Amino acid sequence: MARVADRGLLFSGPDWSFDTLRRTTDAIEAIARTDLGLDCYPNQIEIISTEQMLDAYSSTGMPLMYKHWSFGKAFIHHERLYRKGARGLAYEIVINSNPCISYCLEENTMPMQALVIAHAAFGHNHFFKNNHLFRQWTDPDGILDYLEYARGFLKDCEDRHGARAVERTLDAAHSLMSASVFRHRRPPQPSLREERLREERRLREEEAAQHYLWSRIEPARAPGLPETDAAERRRALGLPEENILYFLERHSPSLAPWQRQALRIVRNISQYFYPQRQTQVMNEGCACFTHFHILNRLHAEGRIEDGAMLEILHSHTSVLTQPDFDSPFYGGINPYTLGFAMMQDIRRICEQPTAEDRDWFPAFAGSGDWRALLGEAWANFRDESFIQQFLSPKVMRDLRLFAVTDTEGEDVVRVSAIHDEGGYHAVRDALARSYDLSTRSPDIEVIDADLAGDRLLRLRHRMRNGIPLDARDREATLGCLRHLWGYDVALEEVTG
Amino acid sequence: MSHFIDRRLNPKGRNLGNRRRFIGRVKQHVKEAVDASVRRRAIADIEGGDKVAVPRDSLLEPSFRHASEGGKREGVLPGNRAYRAGDEIPKPPAGAGGAGRQGAPDGEGEDDFVFAISRDEFLDIFFEDLELPDLVKRTLEGAAVQKNRRAGISVTGSPSNLDLSRTMRNALGRRIALKRPRDADVEALRARLFELEMRHAPDEADRAERRRIEAELAEALRRQKRVPYLDPLDVRYRHFEPHPEPRARAVMFCLMDVSASMGAREKDLAKRFFVLLHLFLTRRYDTVDLVFIRHTHQASEVDEDTFFHARETGGTVVSTALVEMLKVVEDRYPPSEWNIYAAQASDGDNYQGDSLRCAELLDGAIMKLCQYFAYVEIIGEAEAQILRDQTRGTELWMGYRGVANRWPNFAMRRIAAPGEIYPVFRDLFSRREKEAQDG
Repeated sequence: MARVADRGLLFSGPDWSFDTLRRTTDAIEAIARTDLGLDCYPNQIEIISTEQMLDAYSSTGMPLMYKHWSFGKAFIHHERLYRKGARGLAYEIVINSNPCISYCLEENTMPMQALVIAHAAFGHNHFFKNNHLFRQWTDPDGILDYLEYARGFLKDCEDRHGARAVERTLDAAHSLMSASVFRHRRPPQPSLREERLREERRLREEEAAQHYLWSRIEPARAPGLPETDAAERRRALGLPEENILYFLERHSPSLAPWQRQALRIVRNISQYFYPQRQTQVMNEGCACFTHFHILNRLHAEGRIEDGAMLEILHSHTSVLTQPDFDSPFYGGINPYTLGFAMMQDIRRICEQPTAEDRDWFPAFAGSGDWRALLGEAWANFRDESFIQQFLSPKVMRDLRLFAVTDTEGEDVVRVSAIHDEGGYHAVRDALARSYDLSTRSPDIEVIDADLAGDRLLRLRHRMRNGIPLDARDREATLGCLRHLWGYDVALEEVTG
Repeated sequence: MSHFIDRRLNPKGRNLGNRRRFIGRVKQHVKEAVDASVRRRAIADIEGGDKVAVPRDSLLEPSFRHASEGGKREGVLPGNRAYRAGDEIPKPPAGAGGAGRQGAPDGEGEDDFVFAISRDEFLDIFFEDLELPDLVKRTLEGAAVQKNRRAGISVTGSPSNLDLSRTMRNALGRRIALKRPRDADVEALRARLFELEMRHAPDEADRAERRRIEAELAEALRRQKRVPYLDPLDVRYRHFEPHPEPRARAVMFCLMDVSASMGAREKDLAKRFFVLLHLFLTRRYDTVDLVFIRHTHQASEVDEDTFFHARETGGTVVSTALVEMLKVVEDRYPPSEWNIYAAQASDGDNYQGDSLRCAELLDGAIMKLCQYFAYVEIIGEAEAQILRDQTRGTELWMGYRGVANRWPNFAMRRIAAPGEIYPVFRDLFSRREKEAQDG
């Protein structure tokens, strides 16, 4: 080890120890802070085994989660793929929490650990802490406490109301999870204490509600609320409402208090992941850019051996491979590739712009200060706007991107634009749109519920470009919705 | 700023709860698979895991999502070769599934979700609701698992096992041994220094004292820095070692009438009954002793081979077997250390008047000792038609019925054909329906 240190190397050979990990992390951190100017949460780096990695996979990447059969299914699924050798495991998982927890697999070699730490513990970490979506919509200080609370609460529910009842409620809630986020307004951020108080209050109300007298008393109707007035009624219910679970939690006529709380938990978790779904390309791009920059610098300074650097580059390139659209390995655009290519290109445009770049990006071409520009991009954009703003003709050419349209009823798919002078804008627009979550996920709202009348819950799916819902899933999900609402449910599909 | 935690030492199997819920969810399919392999396999190698295929439909996790077809879609693809704007690419003919995956190489349909269940899960399903009454009280649930036991302390471990008081004690000892100045002493020096500095007109003695105290304080601070309050050397973890949980022991008494009226057919049925009970007991207990007692008009303990194959002639006095069993229990199997199970097979013949004595023996002594006493009466297939009515039967049957009414851990059935053994076995050991519903 002394020999290694003498040569200024951080580590040598494939084996890692906590000493080399610590030393390497410190070196990475120094570059991350001083050179890249990253601003991270404190890191908590945990070394885990493969089984623990599979476990983390199956509980949506969170270190603790309530129990549900679907996580067991996911575990079996991942484990099987892994055992068959069909798929390797992720080298790391990183959690948007404060301190920022990253899991590193024990089987990684030391060069891999260096790569993974630079990638996750600094790249993703910085992104989590600085991107406006995460800052605004997630609560990294409280998420682990909240999950701990959720797990305890649902376990308690299982004891109290039976595993079957809890499972049914969670099944139904999970089916509505993706349609239960606030897309526009800021969700309230409950603290753990508030959550406990809320639960207690609900339980008290439940007990009060069990008194038989209450069922005999007509609750006084608020004056000045004629219930024939449909518009007024919808206003009172806060309709239309895009967050289905939120609406059910507040207004479903048939749910028990604990079920409302369960819906709330599922909804909050869905909301927590909403920023991640909007920033895949940027998040991975930021992490890849960071690890690439930092490790290259360590190598240039002679602190990483050539052999280790080759291994790092090998992993780097295999993660960043983009198979062509007609390849059997094609599975969509690789967010790592796109994000990394765009960020490297931003740096290039800042440092060595061509005439084309000056034309396209007059604001920063040749400015030289790519650190500030990238910092700003990481903080203030999401995938859709980032692509719209920064995708350059060079990246489109390099990836040979082309846009196609596929219209129902036609026998052909039309190539609408390619990576040429006339097509850059169209390709960029189409790519940006494809990362807009509001076009990717169906637009469904609760539009009406006559609680005093037939209690039919009405939803509307606004079809975009005439794309319908998957029929089988729709019926099954409506079944779940019916279970939670307690009365009939109707979904209309309108164009517009 | 960065903190490392070694999680590899954390307890394994965190996902078991989810797995159990998953298997519960697809119980129907798992059960079918288990039943199929029970039919397929020989009794001796019943134990073992198996593969279960579950249709994906039953595991659907639905959500509102876009259909894969219909409407107008646009997309951006990488890797263009020769296309130009305005080109038209023919769609693959409907049904051919253009970009669909090719068949899975292992020949499993894509519609099935296939997974393996372990030996324990297999047997759990096999023995589903076959639990013996009062079993839970005496046996340790899931006794096969290894449990972690405290095994001293260690210098490495996971943070959750940090032994705080021992760590602090070590730190204290080290601080004392290395003469680390106490915080209170440093504070006192500071206070004194402050006091001296505040003096308006310090005399020479004050100045000397001040210099002395400054030097002392600097030394103390240096020492404090050198000797940390808490050093990694002090840290101790509670150490655990996996330890196999001792399982309770059980003894199973096989009582059988071997008089001439018990032919090969009856003995064969009886044997199958004993085998199933034995299999069940070995699942529950580490050691299961078998005691074979055969009887005619007198009873004796014999080995297994003799029990099933040797011929004996004589009358039939059932109570002799019970007396012999009591004697063996008294000699070798104190009920405080052994779980006692008894299985009796007979054709129902008995010496006149002896059935009353059997009932007395059971009521008076045996039932108190036994976890469970199972009696099967092996009858001819012709008789099976006649003896449908449980309230009628031989004198022995009638006598045992009284016992069964008084003791919940006494069960009795009639069997006539091999096919009836398993249902009887299930029936014998199944929890009472009502209990299952209440529970």
